[in-house]
Amino acid sequence: MARLPLEGVWVASITPVWAGPFAEMLLADWGAEVIRVESLQYCPLGTRGPGPRQPKFAIEIVKGHYSAYLKEGYDDIEGRPWNRSCMFNQHGRNKLCCTMDLRRPKGREMFRRLIEVSDIFLENNMPRVMDSLDLSYKVLSEWNPKIVMLSMPAFGKTGPKSKNRTIGPQLDSYAGGTWVRGYLDRDVSSNSVVFHADEAAGMTAAFIMVMALHKRNRTGKGMFIDMAQVETAIPQFGEIIMDYTMNGRVQGTSGNRDPQGAIQGCYRCRGEDKWVSVTIRTDEEWQAFCRVLGNPEWARDERFSDALGRWHHHAELDKHIEEWTSQHDHFGVMFMLQREGVAAGPVEHPDDAFHDPQMKDRGFFEEVDHPECGTHLYPGLAWKMENTPNHIRRAAPRLGEDNEYVYKQVIGVSDAEYAELEKEGHIGMDFVPGLQIAKYKPE
Amino acid sequence: MVDQPLSDVRVLDLTWHIAGPYCTKLFADYGADVIKIERPGGGDPARGMGPFFGGDPHHEKSGLFLHLNTNKRSLTLGLKSETGKQIVKQLVKGADIVVENFSPRVMPGLGLDYGTLAAINPKLVMTSISNFGQTGPYRDFKASEPIIYGMGGAMCTTGLQDCEPVKKGGNLMQYSGGNQAAVATMIALYGVGTRGTGDHIDISLMEVQMGSIERRMSELLAYQYNNELTPRFDVAGLMQFPFGIFPCKDGYVDVAGGFMFIDRFESVLGVPLVERYGGINHFDLERREEFFSTLWYPWLMERTRKEVVEACQEGHVLCAPLNTSEDLLNEDHLKERGFWTEIDHPVVGKLTYTGRLARSEELPWVARRPAPLLGQHNEEILSELGYEKQDMVKLREMGVI
Repeated sequence: MARLPLEGVWVASITPVWAGPFAEMLLADWGAEVIRVESLQYCPLGTRGPGPRQPKFAIEIVKGHYSAYLKEGYDDIEGRPWNRSCMFNQHGRNKLCCTMDLRRPKGREMFRRLIEVSDIFLENNMPRVMDSLDLSYKVLSEWNPKIVMLSMPAFGKTGPKSKNRTIGPQLDSYAGGTWVRGYLDRDVSSNSVVFHADEAAGMTAAFIMVMALHKRNRTGKGMFIDMAQVETAIPQFGEIIMDYTMNGRVQGTSGNRDPQGAIQGCYRCRGEDKWVSVTIRTDEEWQAFCRVLGNPEWARDERFSDALGRWHHHAELDKHIEEWTSQHDHFGVMFMLQREGVAAGPVEHPDDAFHDPQMKDRGFFEEVDHPECGTHLYPGLAWKMENTPNHIRRAAPRLGEDNEYVYKQVIGVSDAEYAELEKEGHIGMDFVPGLQIAKYKPE
Repeated sequence: MVDQPLSDVRVLDLTWHIAGPYCTKLFADYGADVIKIERPGGGDPARGMGPFFGGDPHHEKSGLFLHLNTNKRSLTLGLKSETGKQIVKQLVKGADIVVENFSPRVMPGLGLDYGTLAAINPKLVMTSISNFGQTGPYRDFKASEPIIYGMGGAMCTTGLQDCEPVKKGGNLMQYSGGNQAAVATMIALYGVGTRGTGDHIDISLMEVQMGSIERRMSELLAYQYNNELTPRFDVAGLMQFPFGIFPCKDGYVDVAGGFMFIDRFESVLGVPLVERYGGINHFDLERREEFFSTLWYPWLMERTRKEVVEACQEGHVLCAPLNTSEDLLNEDHLKERGFWTEIDHPVVGKLTYTGRLARSEELPWVARRPAPLLGQHNEEILSELGYEKQDMVKLREMGVI
């Protein structure tokens, strides 16, 4: 296998939930040695599922609503459910996981030794978490002057909102994203939640970390980077912001329509909850669309013959289009229209996605075996590199799975020290008994 | 001159529209010399897309273009002419990176495929961005925001159960593709240092979504693990416990509660919820509705966005205001952090733009110049390549520049 571009880069991280883990995933996929530092004494909500040991009723409550997020990988919550969470195992591939209790001196000492051999330290906690652990850049740079430290709290390390608690959806709302999405005929409060800020922040952090290494190669100097997740999402609404700064105009939602004037929507297809998106931009595309439908009577209406006319009668066209799509399979509509040069694509539920011909042809999904979950198809690498064929090298690490390697090979502790750390509860593969994240009234 | 992190990097930018230009914007804003090739005549089609300054559809007044092309230099060049191709090849010699987001047949059709360019410059990183990737049965398919989101992303779980799935706002599929392309390009550039050779990156907007942390990978895996499809919310789901968007006195707030935070809501509302409802495990639909109508909504309607956010944050409940673009520009937090930047442009004048992605003394983000006028740097760039003034006049007459 070709040498991966980030081989030789060492990353240590303390990253809950999604944004930070997504950033480190992008580095791990391309060769960086990413060591997640977790703890047996503390389980950040949502990182390895909802919590270490969920009561059964809590799983029942969320079932059917947030199954992918809050439910464990299996209904079975016996054993070590935290190793079977979709929320974690989706991004954990190619990373290592060790455990240490940073609140005790010996755990802190081990962390110091890990930082001494790392290039990058990444964290996306609320500022108070790093403060309470006394893990500032000042401290870390004394341990390793060349360390690149990237902190990515929701609102950054400074400013009046820096202490605020949020997750992805609130950042989407703060950044203006919620205001410009949703149905045309419904109130903005009907919007469901999206986690765009995690996507934007994860990618941008990965970009910035490698850029920092590029700079460090020139200067030999470490650095601190304060990245507010929300500030990475805002530039992606650039034209909406410019409309305000240029014209004082506040944009709202355009639903599924195209602000540039194409005929566009998401239309019902044959079957249960099957949909297809269609975009008709030019006269040629409109004519091709009509051809595919067999030039029905309604399509010959004078009002639909030019782009402006079609735009003015968008709602009426939507009805005609849906009348046709609802008789067909959602993939079928795509193939019929794309063959004639009209943009269309099905809304793919996961069962569709795993059978999608394009995904299959490009080998996007990869089979991975996980010791506690069995063999499954996982979403694969985010891009391809022509000279560097690359695959998922290993499954998401179980809690503490790589303790022996990290402590003995990377940090360099002796067998005797290792046994001592294990006895003291730094090293292990189980959260401490009784650890729970929420207060429930007992039955 | 400020030593920016990418001051030593040159990018030959053959991109247009949104995804490619967002990728090269990240490089340009951090110091790279980005030479943007535009079609003679019309230039980047984004110049013809709104919103326009003063509503005037002029090619130097597109807010989209102005936002996406800060810090770049513009060279107009007809890529179909032999002279145009020669100039591209000359530029490739001195470039570290080429980025393009044409449909997959265009670059090979022009004779500017990766193999040809890598023969000129083996250390070149070439990044190709397309809707569905450079290979596969969909490679020539057309796309749009809802098509990419629907096929690749988590659109099937965005919106309400009794309605059609709904896309995200703006052009986020394009932006995300550009963002991911910047990551890939930066990693490959770093790899040139460690491996000595360049590479060709194939970014598919569909795969960017299929591999996104934005719920999609989790939902794909939930299906693999549990054989279960995640549904879109019904209203009851949205109201499971305050989790979603709610109206208040002067607008809306976004709150993430969830059953695990019932004790926190007790302190925010000052009502013993656990006692009143017999614990969250008994919080059925009927009790939820009673809670919403008698406690939650009345409490919200008496408070402004600012008051709700403050009260929730004090009680450790996750909450933020729902901002319009106007609200966003007025946020003290962003002002205090110095997020916004002012850029002067010869046609539209001084305007507020989004600024740096992160704060770091070692990674200065500088607005060195506004988005370029069409062909503004033709002479400058061609003379750097050694062209004489009279050749440039000829090139213009021939319609190459």
